[in-house]
Amino acid sequence: MNRGISFSGTPSEEELEKSPGYPPEEIQRKKKVVIIECIQEIPCNPCEEACKFGAISVGKPITNLPQVDFEKCIGCGQCIAKCPGLAIYLLDYNYNEDDAAISFPYEYYPFPNEGETVNAVDRKGNFVSKGKVIKVSNPKVNECTAVITITFPKQYYKEIRSIERIRGEKNV
Amino acid sequence: MKEVELAVIGAGPAGLSGAIESAKKGVNVVVFDENKRPGGQLFKQIHKFFGSKEHMAGIRGFKIGEMLLEEANKLGIPVYLDSPVIGINKDKVVAYVRDEKIQYIVTKKILVATGAMENVIQFPGWTLPGVMGAGAVQTMINIERVLPGKRILMVGTGNVGLIVSYQLMQAGAEVIALVEAKPEIGGYGVHASKIKRANVPIYLKHTIAQAEGKNFVEKAVIAEVDNNFKIISGTEKELKVDLICLAVGLSPLIELINLLDCKQIYVSELGGWIPLHDENMETACKGVYVAGDVSGVEEASSALDKGRIAGIAIAESLQHIPIEAASREIDGIRTRLNELRCGPFGEVSLQGNNKIYQAMRRWENEQGN
Repeated sequence: MNRGISFSGTPSEEELEKSPGYPPEEIQRKKKVVIIECIQEIPCNPCEEACKFGAISVGKPITNLPQVDFEKCIGCGQCIAKCPGLAIYLLDYNYNEDDAAISFPYEYYPFPNEGETVNAVDRKGNFVSKGKVIKVSNPKVNECTAVITITFPKQYYKEIRSIERIRGEKNV
Repeated sequence: MKEVELAVIGAGPAGLSGAIESAKKGVNVVVFDENKRPGGQLFKQIHKFFGSKEHMAGIRGFKIGEMLLEEANKLGIPVYLDSPVIGINKDKVVAYVRDEKIQYIVTKKILVATGAMENVIQFPGWTLPGVMGAGAVQTMINIERVLPGKRILMVGTGNVGLIVSYQLMQAGAEVIALVEAKPEIGGYGVHASKIKRANVPIYLKHTIAQAEGKNFVEKAVIAEVDNNFKIISGTEKELKVDLICLAVGLSPLIELINLLDCKQIYVSELGGWIPLHDENMETACKGVYVAGDVSGVEEASSALDKGRIAGIAIAESLQHIPIEAASREIDGIRTRLNELRCGPFGEVSLQGNNKIYQAMRRWENEQGN
């Protein structure tokens, strides 16, 4: 059992559900939406400014947890690369009939290629299922935090958060 | 002898921001650093910083270093590199080595921003090549671009241990495990989560028991510890690693300030012995200020703010700006510095710093000030 992030290094389900940046299940399944897995009160607020739609607020003190107004979130994903904690994801549960898509920050070289089949992993880095890379985005404004989008069988939407690190030479 | 209003010792985030703030207000300042490159630890910080916009959150550490240097250059602040300060005295004469000669400069104020030094722990085999401090490892991978090992055991899960583990993987190494003697991860959960997503185990209540190898580290033995941090025999586990990286805390570098008879206080939560100082960063030796890790080990964001406060206070005491303007500006910085220290992680720093300020007030009262 996961006793919580201070013990396991990964947030527990309970911690996530209590967190104001984590969308309730019905919203996750309804629309393309941001998932902020920031559950400790640390002094940090770049996500607030990253959202041009005013959907994310931290306020004062700066140690408040980011709060998301899920009505205002349009699922643009601009906040993903702005989080120094790499704790923001974008979930598109209804990508198609079988697959969901998730966008996540990625800071390892080499990057996967678009179209490539990769090993999708959960928060603990354990293999969950195969996934397909549909987008690798690394514009200058991201300051070297690439955002990768993969698709995977939708049943794993609550687990899959990243991919296995690809070992090899830098490809960019 | 040469003269200057302010000598800043250490060109890290605290020293540079102190120099910049004071120079902006007209103080004639010189910065000394023993290294060949300025920036202190900033240039090996390749991760994005936390904090607020004022703390340059979201910007990678080395970029913050570049920004500070650019600002210092614009203001025409001389930064003497490769120039270790070897002495300071009560008359505020600073002795330093430059061009292989001992030189002196007469100052009115001194800002000591010498930073901190890594702690080590000792265990059988700890002198083998392949046992290194996390700071040294970070310098090697991020500045020298040399990988000091391929299979790594990280000792310690504070933010340094977590961040350097992540950066070792970014540099292409395999982190085999992290061990932490305490029952909880020390650093931010989000940093730990990066490590976990890479499928790296974090062993809590574990420590390094022994390093083995003929000429260099070939193996690490880790073991579980009890509540008194004593190894529980029979719990040993062998890991095949070639680098044991120690991230077990930092201690303020107070050697230089020890040359003055400056009252100190032991604050374990801020790294050990720290020169007493007030909220404007002035020590018990009038005219001598501290900022950054030497004034209590914290994050770089705090170092930037403490440096700024010292710089403004110095400018005021040299009568470059009126006291009202200085107080206003300092209050603003202090407010956001205290906001940084809200929450479970900042509480310890807040308490530690308050201990220092209170002890300083007591000491001042005893002196009849």
